Amino acid sequence: MKIDYREIGLKVGLEIHRQLDTRHKLFCDCPTTPREGGREIVFIRWLREAQSELGEVDPAALFESRKRRMIVYHADTENTCLVELDEEPPHDLNREAVEIALTAALMMNARPVDEIHVMRKIVIDGSNTTGFQRTCVIALGGEIEVDGKKIPIQTITLEEDAARIIEQKPHEVHYDLSRLGIPLIEVSTAPVINSPEEAYNVAYAIGRILRATRRVKRGIGTVRQDLNISITGGALVEIKGVQELELLPKVVELEVIRQLHLLKIRDELRSRGVSEDDLKREPIKDVTSIFVKTSSKILRRRIEGGGVVLALRLKGFGGLLGLEAAPGIRLGAELAGRARAWSEVEGIFHTDELPGYGISGEEVMRLREEVGAGDLDAVVIVAAERERAEDALERVRERAIEALYGVPPETRGARPDGTTIYLRPRPGAARMYPETDIPPLPLPREYVEEIKRRLPPSLDEVAEWISRRYGVSKQIADELIDSEKVEIFERVVGETGIQPSIAASILVEHMKSLRREGYEVEKIREEDLLEFFRRVVRGELAKEAAPEIIKWLAQNPDKSLDDAVNALGLKAVSLEEVKARIAELMEANRDLVRSNPGKAISVIMGELMKTYRGRFDGGKLYQLVSQAVYGQVRD
Amino acid sequence: MSNQDALQGYSGEIRALLEEAGVEVGDEVEIRAGDEVYRGILMSRYELADPGYIVIKLPNGYNIGISASRVTSIRRVAPAAKPRFTQPPRPPQKPGLPKVVIVSTGGTIASRIDYRTGGVRAALTAEDLLSIVPELAELADLDARILFSIYSEDMTPDHWNMMAAEADKLIRGGAEGVVIAHGTDTMGYSAAALSFALQKPPVPVVFVGAQRSSDRPSSDAATNLIAAVRVAGHAPFAEICVSMHAWHSDTVIAIHRGTRVRKLHTSSRDAFKSVNSEPIAYVSGGEIKINVRNLNPRGSGDYRFEPGFSKDAALIKFYPGMPPEILEAIHNLGIRGIILEGTGLGHVANKLIPTIRRLVDEGVFIGMTSQCIFGRINMRVYDTGRYLLKAGVMPLDDMLPETAYVKLSWCLARARDLEEVKRLMLTPIAGELGERSMPAIREAAVA
Ligand SMILES: [Zn+2]
Repeated sequence: MKIDYREIGLKVGLEIHRQLDTRHKLFCDCPTTPREGGREIVFIRWLREAQSELGEVDPAALFESRKRRMIVYHADTENTCLVELDEEPPHDLNREAVEIALTAALMMNARPVDEIHVMRKIVIDGSNTTGFQRTCVIALGGEIEVDGKKIPIQTITLEEDAARIIEQKPHEVHYDLSRLGIPLIEVSTAPVINSPEEAYNVAYAIGRILRATRRVKRGIGTVRQDLNISITGGALVEIKGVQELELLPKVVELEVIRQLHLLKIRDELRSRGVSEDDLKREPIKDVTSIFVKTSSKILRRRIEGGGVVLALRLKGFGGLLGLEAAPGIRLGAELAGRARAWSEVEGIFHTDELPGYGISGEEVMRLREEVGAGDLDAVVIVAAERERAEDALERVRERAIEALYGVPPETRGARPDGTTIYLRPRPGAARMYPETDIPPLPLPREYVEEIKRRLPPSLDEVAEWISRRYGVSKQIADELIDSEKVEIFERVVGETGIQPSIAASILVEHMKSLRREGYEVEKIREEDLLEFFRRVVRGELAKEAAPEIIKWLAQNPDKSLDDAVNALGLKAVSLEEVKARIAELMEANRDLVRSNPGKAISVIMGELMKTYRGRFDGGKLYQLVSQAVYGQVRD
Repeated sequence: MSNQDALQGYSGEIRALLEEAGVEVGDEVEIRAGDEVYRGILMSRYELADPGYIVIKLPNGYNIGISASRVTSIRRVAPAAKPRFTQPPRPPQKPGLPKVVIVSTGGTIASRIDYRTGGVRAALTAEDLLSIVPELAELADLDARILFSIYSEDMTPDHWNMMAAEADKLIRGGAEGVVIAHGTDTMGYSAAALSFALQKPPVPVVFVGAQRSSDRPSSDAATNLIAAVRVAGHAPFAEICVSMHAWHSDTVIAIHRGTRVRKLHTSSRDAFKSVNSEPIAYVSGGEIKINVRNLNPRGSGDYRFEPGFSKDAALIKFYPGMPPEILEAIHNLGIRGIILEGTGLGHVANKLIPTIRRLVDEGVFIGMTSQCIFGRINMRVYDTGRYLLKAGVMPLDDMLPETAYVKLSWCLARARDLEEVKRLMLTPIAGELGERSMPAIREAAVA
């Protein structure tokens, strides 16, 4: 489908989050590196939101609060202290993090606030042990230029990263606390982006600025992009947690397709005369008896476990639930997402996809009959304990009613394939109140001016400099920067003294092509890379071993370089051993050496490489062989 | 806001500036500063913060401070919106539940937040408590009252008397359990005090507090309170006790005897521990699990109300280098009894012994406890102890220093002479004295 994004009024705003590479966390002295191996503590909490003064209290809310999930936290004493456990008040705001955020803010021409106030933003899914995320505005009103267009930066905030979810069950969720409290910078643009490519370009530009501070974290999990997307006639939808920059255009495109699809379905439902009242009046029916002998494993398991199968007729929805605008983009998926998120059922079935999943045509017929569904109607069924199944179908009904009005405003989560799933309704006004445990932090003008004077060079300037300093091409320098390898490159060259072009070619070209082949090269520890180059310089490993070692380490991210060397049989070989082996081969090919020295060299080299590839530098080997061969010839 | 000042926290020039502009905290304002224009709600400022800044809440919910030195104009855009809080309906009361009264003394066991201004308001009425912790409606027929509202560090023996009198009144009025919400800093002292004033009560009196303020979703207040109300209304025992987290988890609440409990951590939820004894019960999974024998049974007919605390008692911690004159000075203040927190088995520097002897001769009670906190006094093992005994210091066995101080205050209010003080101090009254010393064991109920 070709979409004219201007025509449909696409507006995208970005929120770029990135972890800062500080010595310790934002509000305590724990390290921000994922150090492990301390005492493991597992503890259980419940969260309960303090009630708002604005009287948002109704019996349903009380009921919700009592359905809360048990939250299980896993803490390692190496990277977690009482602050993350919410057992000790936060320490002062990390000044190093403030300075990095200010640096980035000034590079985006934003105006730092005169005094920082840390706020508590309510988040009760358990990802913060406190029940709120601590966050503060560092600067307002910046602007960057991307492809000649001015992109306003609305706010730059500093906040604590949340705990990482490790397991989820219907009434229970597990979190690991090591990430909690790592400083995150958040850069929010105005919603002025008008195409998927522009979303990428803006995110890329912001990423370059953040990286120019040279003090942000790199690698998987250190960047998260949120988007808000709207089209004319659609709704503002927030999409959370896009990890890969490359995925952004696809997420935007798929969201536009989704919204257009929902608008089309709205029009179709209207033309079919479907009314909200009909949907509201539709009873939920128990259809368990139809499925007692079903060959659908899912339904049978539920029924045998004491559950029921409930059905809801959606009048006039026939054929619209299964209609697919792009893989995964169907109204049926929207209904299922809503039911899953709210009622924690495994999923729903609807007649557009039946018979199927072990449900027979006969059963579908009886189902349609039981609820009085005509050809233009759809039926949704859910199997679970009665209360939960009822709740799930109420959510389905609610979502079906929203389909009559087009696109519901909601918060969705990004999946690795660029599609999204329903997470929760869009929050009203942010529920924020001051973090009284942390005093306001003034930013005196002299301090800000001092940071302004010391602003780091832009990455373009860095590329120029790298190119000049190390004698690599500007293109290689840019690639080092874009692949986030420039820091390790400088370390490698500085600490091992290896030839810069060798380091660059391994770090950029080898890594890139291996990544393309599907190796997760970003999982390799920098320390292991550094050690590899160190050994190459010492002659203990050959640079030709790089691809094999990188592959192996990418597949065994918990293992070290030593393990790789052992596993690949790359144990270092001494000069003496090599020379002895050359002498042997010379002897074996005595005639050839005399008759055709060139051929002899290549034969001997071929033999040697079988045993010494990666263990001994190829160039040096060639040198030794030709010395030996021609030396003998001269004799 | 408790403070009626319309410009709370602002002083000096900034206050004049704001007054001149005719704005008040809560108003929507427009502030020009240099080239910038800020719009937001004027917020109050902490009294102790740097006075040079104006705080506003931006439309996105964030607060920022604007340096007054940059401000060129302040304009009121709209007056403060009135809080629209409406009391939620009281949840339906399950019939046949015990009558439990929650008495507030300070601190906030429950609160509401006004996200518009960031203000936190204590919830102290029964209706408030029930709307915030609706589980309580299924545990008890709840009533609530405010006795006073002070920081727990400002409590005095007079407050112990007021709390004791209130609890006694409620017990006689038919309450089947009393819960006292208390700031945690001195909750152990108050619990000990009521243990002496309300002897063998017919119903439990349960102290409860929170280590994390109730305005945060992770507060321990609600779980502690639910356990407290459960014990107050349903426990088969009638003890003066403290209901607080047993560990970092929200799953187990420990019920400590009032005379045996001490705050042992500044901030953690499990700050309260039973010392030289075990918690009398644990509450977990909606059940009360009794942990010790010989508890005073609910409905006990031996109830005696023995109020009265003297201000003439002192608690002194010995430290290396402490001059004897300190004890003299205290005596000169009119103090009639001193609990010493000695070192180890119950020692102070030998240099202090002559002064101690003189004070005892003048009729001052001097009792010895240990700053080790855990363990029992024994003053016969070393010479210093023996000299102190000879000087008239009374060893107080395994009593907590704080409990010993509270008990002394109680004894001084009723004993006719030093001999009677000594006799009373060594008479076990509320489980404060003479437990068997047990080896350290893993906290089984916690694991
Ligand atoms: Zn920490």
